[in-house]
Amino acid sequence: MKKYPVSQLDSLFAAIAAKQRLYIPAGEAKTAAFQPWEEGMRLTAALNTVRSAKDLFFPQVENLVNFKVTGKQIEVIENRDPAEPFVVFGVRACDCRSFEILDKVFLCDPVDTYYETRRACGTVVTLACTEPEETCFCTAFGIDPTDPAGDVSCWISGEDLYLRANTEKGEALLGGLEMLEEGGEPVTDKTVFDRLPLQNLPLDKFGGEHMMELFRRAEWAGLAESCLGCGACTFVCPTCQCYDIKEFNTGDEIKRFRCWDSCMYSDFTLMSAGQPRPTQLERFRQRFMHKLVYYPSTHDGEFGCVGCGRCLQKCPISMNIVKVAKTLGEEKP
Amino acid sequence: MQERVKARAIELLESGVRVLGWKAGEFFYDVTPAVFTSREEIEKEFVFGPFCGANMSKYLIAESRKEGRVGVFLKPCDTYSFQQLQKEHRIWRENVYAVGVQCEGMCDIEAIRSAGIKGILGVDGDGSTLTVHTLYGDKTIARKDALAERCACCKSKKMLGCDELLGEQGEELDSARFDQVEKLEAMTPDERFAFWRKELSRCIRCNACRNVCPACSCEKCVFDNPNSGVENKAAANSFEENLFHIIRAFHVAGRCTDCGECSRVCPQHIPLHLLNRKFIKDINELYGGYQAGADMETRPPLTNFQMDDPEPSVVHERGSEQ
Amino acid sequence: MRQDPLIPMLAVVTDIRQDTPDVKTFRVVGLDGKKPLVHIPGQCAMLSVPGVGEALFSITSSPTNEEYLEFSIKKCGCVTDWLHAMEPGQQVTLRGPYGNGFPVDTDFAGKDLVFVAGGIGLAPLRSVINYVRHYRDRYGSVDIVYGSRSKADLVDYQEILDEWRREDGISVHLTIDNPQPDWDGHVGFVPNYVKELGFDTGKTVVMCGPPIMIKFTLAGLMEQGFPRNNIYTTLELRMKCALGRCGRCNIGDRFVCKDGPVFRLDQLDQLPDEY
Repeated sequence: MKKYPVSQLDSLFAAIAAKQRLYIPAGEAKTAAFQPWEEGMRLTAALNTVRSAKDLFFPQVENLVNFKVTGKQIEVIENRDPAEPFVVFGVRACDCRSFEILDKVFLCDPVDTYYETRRACGTVVTLACTEPEETCFCTAFGIDPTDPAGDVSCWISGEDLYLRANTEKGEALLGGLEMLEEGGEPVTDKTVFDRLPLQNLPLDKFGGEHMMELFRRAEWAGLAESCLGCGACTFVCPTCQCYDIKEFNTGDEIKRFRCWDSCMYSDFTLMSAGQPRPTQLERFRQRFMHKLVYYPSTHDGEFGCVGCGRCLQKCPISMNIVKVAKTLGEEKP
Repeated sequence: MQERVKARAIELLESGVRVLGWKAGEFFYDVTPAVFTSREEIEKEFVFGPFCGANMSKYLIAESRKEGRVGVFLKPCDTYSFQQLQKEHRIWRENVYAVGVQCEGMCDIEAIRSAGIKGILGVDGDGSTLTVHTLYGDKTIARKDALAERCACCKSKKMLGCDELLGEQGEELDSARFDQVEKLEAMTPDERFAFWRKELSRCIRCNACRNVCPACSCEKCVFDNPNSGVENKAAANSFEENLFHIIRAFHVAGRCTDCGECSRVCPQHIPLHLLNRKFIKDINELYGGYQAGADMETRPPLTNFQMDDPEPSVVHERGSEQ
Repeated sequence: MRQDPLIPMLAVVTDIRQDTPDVKTFRVVGLDGKKPLVHIPGQCAMLSVPGVGEALFSITSSPTNEEYLEFSIKKCGCVTDWLHAMEPGQQVTLRGPYGNGFPVDTDFAGKDLVFVAGGIGLAPLRSVINYVRHYRDRYGSVDIVYGSRSKADLVDYQEILDEWRREDGISVHLTIDNPQPDWDGHVGFVPNYVKELGFDTGKTVVMCGPPIMIKFTLAGLMEQGFPRNNIYTTLELRMKCALGRCGRCNIGDRFVCKDGPVFRLDQLDQLPDEY
């Protein structure tokens, strides 16, 4: 374990940023975001960012490939965004778990090399939570917010930042920071986490083995009834990874790019031959079935949610995975 | 008021209408619009409180087209949207039983969070100070600081076009809602451009603003239509993307009642309502005072030609003034 | 940097054949003039014309064809409109193959096969049929029931007449929806025709066609007592990546692009009916 005075975080950030790009969660609480660090930038007062840390590995828009079309000829031109090593500081335990979930989607055969490259370039420095929000429920998914994973784990305790390298990448990062001192152990107080109102989410009934039963539940209609069909939940979600592939004619070349898409959108599954999810009910059900049933079914029971609580805070009509899980997962009287 | 609204909801239901109202959530603030069809549901889950910000009018577009009547509770500002949608023939009025509910302003949980209060478990207090119960003990916040922006500069307490009212009929207010627009107008064009570029740079194109907007009632939005050539959920952070909001503001100009739902739902807190308010202010200045949804008769200035309408050159003249 | 699965290879369309008023068959080879990829019958590939878009099509040629790939494509949307308008010599992009394909070397081996196709639904089955013809001794009897709106809408009609019909051990049963003067064959819808033909319920059924045809044919087969684990069909949903990631084509926990497009009926019974 290493340590460093919290009062001098600026110098620590400067030392990291001198070698590679550094992202930290910064900005006003209501618009906090991971931003490239620059002199004077402070950590946000918010527990977490509005958008999740997945953006750094799976950005909302990224170039796939360019084409130049001349008559009947096509030329394929590599145009992927340049990959440079970077450090992201201040990732919470929930977002860190989301990387594992995304890894299983993007790094299985055949590997998505865009994502793979960014993962290889990124060093994840997590920060343990001390003051959770009432919307937090990561513990329901077996995540310990006071002991986050990542290449380096950090704790703020008393006047100091404690840092522990967990991987070779983490060792390399900390090894290059000469200002760090050898430190003892941070003091962590877990009592507040026992008071979190949503920690006992009833998840026993979810998972692949209950797929058909859950799919047919009548309650979906009521849950989905006032869904606006916007994509707010999907775009702030750290584990949503559906995407679209689109093209843009620059006038000179055809730029093929990938961008986030949302299963909540009406055109998501629309085909010339028909629409398998014709109303918001089917689209809404798809999103939650994916997190709570389909993903676990194909990934050894692991849920596709990390309990970050972003959808609870951002849904315009306050409908979210907690309400879905409680409605479908609780024993009926 | 909660008890009065709830009691009326039960009466309405028992008179044979479905009831559109707000359903309690996990916390006191996360209420969801819902259609109630049983007395039991209303008794257990119906709420009307300081976090019932959602404007029910838009749901009436779909609900009023269903069989049977739907009863709905509308706050004063919601009634402007209700009336505007009737004017646009979007709501089938005969299928709606509208109850106006007087409102003292809705709180915004994000405003309380922005004040640095974390782990919010409950809010108490009727007076000018609210007590917020949190995971970290009780905190206080001035009620005016907890109000939604649109409520802090409420334009009217008047309830329009309802079948009955709960609470006293109110008046139009002398609102300060154009103050922020004036600040924008006072900027140089470059400053203003920079302001909007910065604000809109946070947009994630989730479409929440459009989908919640009562004025955005097209069956199929041009931005959702692959054949339109402008369907685009992708070019985030680009100037093209910023135009989405500008085009939307143009499309709802003259029909936007300034209900403020766009800004309420924006996950990135982009002050979208300011675009619409600028249009409203301009319309007021160019064509005389006009409030969308205020009545069923007045022809909207942007779709009505009069000989003394300003000439197109007004755009240039006013633009260069600023 | 290794090649990303989303970056396509280039290929060229060497021949375009008009099969029906709205179906054309495109012959595709790599830029080196050789067959660009190896596939299993029933698998698909992503074809695109940059600037128009990318779409998934089933490969209609048999893997036993060593020279080229063929795609029979019905004109029904943005990409297909463009493909129908192009001329031979046009380059396209290609990636794949995708999907599971039909179990031609396992479950189908030694079986009596009944192919049931409607309209453009013959396209994915043509690959299997020609594979089976190539390795004729590995399979039992072969029946092909194929129907379309009219004679002109029968895809690959010439190939059927010239080759399939003349082969021993292959029975071809053609039908069209409505009578027409130059047609002396069967008239009527595919589901009824399948019923009339009264196949042995021990035969393996392989189906592809419009949903309405599938629905009624299935009802008939159930009535006749065909077991659900001996009926195969191939599905189509909207896809962007074909890698099981873009999130569109799942039916429950299965992805049509990766786990399908070929499903056995008893497998579909275990899944939600969102297709």
